Amino acid sequence: MRAYAIETAAVADAEVRKLMRDPTELMSRAVQPVLWLAIFGQVFSQVRGIPTGSLRYLDFMAPGILAQSILFSAIFYGISVIWERDLGIVHKILVTPAHRSALVLGKAIAAGLRGLVQAVVVYGVAVATDVDIQWTPAGVLTVVLAVVLGSCIFSTFSLVIACIVKTRERFMGIGQVLTMPLFFASNAIYPLDLMPGWLRTIALANPLTYLVDVLRGAMIVGGASVHAWTTSFAVLLGVFLALLALAAHLYPGLAR
Amino acid sequence: MSASAELFAIATSGLSKRFDQLKALDALDLGVARGIIFGLLGPNGAGKSTAIKILTTLLDASAGSAQVAGFDVANEPVEVRRRIGYVPQLLSADGALTATENLNLSARLYGLRGAERVARVRDALTFAGLDEVADKLVRTYSGGMIRRLEIAQATLHGPEVLFLDEPTSGLDPVARHTVWDRLLELRRSRGMTILITTHDMEEADVLCDELAILHRGRLAAIGSPAALKAQVGPDADLEDVFAHFSGAVMDQGGRFRDIRESRGTLQRLG
Repeated sequence: MRAYAIETAAVADAEVRKLMRDPTELMSRAVQPVLWLAIFGQVFSQVRGIPTGSLRYLDFMAPGILAQSILFSAIFYGISVIWERDLGIVHKILVTPAHRSALVLGKAIAAGLRGLVQAVVVYGVAVATDVDIQWTPAGVLTVVLAVVLGSCIFSTFSLVIACIVKTRERFMGIGQVLTMPLFFASNAIYPLDLMPGWLRTIALANPLTYLVDVLRGAMIVGGASVHAWTTSFAVLLGVFLALLALAAHLYPGLAR
Repeated sequence: MSASAELFAIATSGLSKRFDQLKALDALDLGVARGIIFGLLGPNGAGKSTAIKILTTLLDASAGSAQVAGFDVANEPVEVRRRIGYVPQLLSADGALTATENLNLSARLYGLRGAERVARVRDALTFAGLDEVADKLVRTYSGGMIRRLEIAQATLHGPEVLFLDEPTSGLDPVARHTVWDRLLELRRSRGMTILITTHDMEEADVLCDELAILHRGRLAAIGSPAALKAQVGPDADLEDVFAHFSGAVMDQGGRFRDIRESRGTLQRLG
């Protein structure tokens, strides 16, 4: 168990060091939430076309934009793994006796930490656009846990795709195809109640829906979660563990 | 440990690998004695990289068996991994990390802890001649420095067997000689068994105690460089040996992926 933890921490440590040295991606990823909250959100708040109960639309969508920011950032994480494969880094790591799942988990945790940086950016934009943030310790802690878990899920999903497609060109195509359906088939920018039945069914199978649901209850004053947090966290954890097992199984295939 | 495992660091029996219709490796029987530098030669697509990937547990064989350091690669892969080091053909040190960070990552993944890890990393930096630049990003290093770092990374846990896939590909003559020096030092001071694949006949001649020539996945010849040359003719050099047993000359053909990887390595070397 100790060896597993050390292996996981070693991979996460290396990933975080690389991230800290090259913050350009984080900066560029920050542009999108700014556009959504500062432009789309402001305009749609005036329209009042989407019923969001007692919440202002901007307050309603802010957790959705945080989840989107995490999704869009994490879903392309796999491209770095393909890059590492092309450089031979994956081969070198896979001939060590380290547990395969520890190697994957270390990368997921690093993505989780990256997600927290995204969260700080979104919080900053939210404050600047007068979103009514809930600053209670329980609320902030819940957001932190949800952001880390959400990032782990989508980065590991990305790694699974990378292990299957193995080339950057194919990965970019699939990444583009997956992000928008995942985003729009969720409760990120409109409530589930507005969706037709078939779309609601898909949304309820989409882990992003549960992530947004937790964030909405924890992040916004007056925000309410449809599902109990324990239910949402159980779903998110279950999805992550399943993806972790799948990624650990597929990861060695990158060296073949 | 069986008698053959005591004698041989690497032993394969009927080792085969098939990719769809392509037989990449065809019933390879090989025994590599402990403590020698063993060269695997062959034209592109002869099965060298496939053999090395199976022996390093990166690829499953389609048939046959292989033991490395006394353990079966298919049934005891973790035990094999504890006892081997591997330097891929591609420049695999992480350019976004420093040499110290690269070494620390490998050390932790090989289970080295605390003071032992610190000491091994320090020794590895000295072995690679990188003490002065240990905290600079690897992307600022020359190709020779990166290769020395990779050899240090692959050996800092004290493996019994070291695998190197075309270790001097793309290096200038000075860097090539420094890599050779490191490999000879590893054999001399640690008694390490080293298996290299190479296209460089001079390298094979200078470094290797024994050579095997692969041709279309099969073992075409095996022996010391001197014995192989004697088999071909009184004035034969290794180029002649290679052409005689593989029916090919160097730089002939090669799969798209092999060429892309080689060029990728050269590109990284600038």
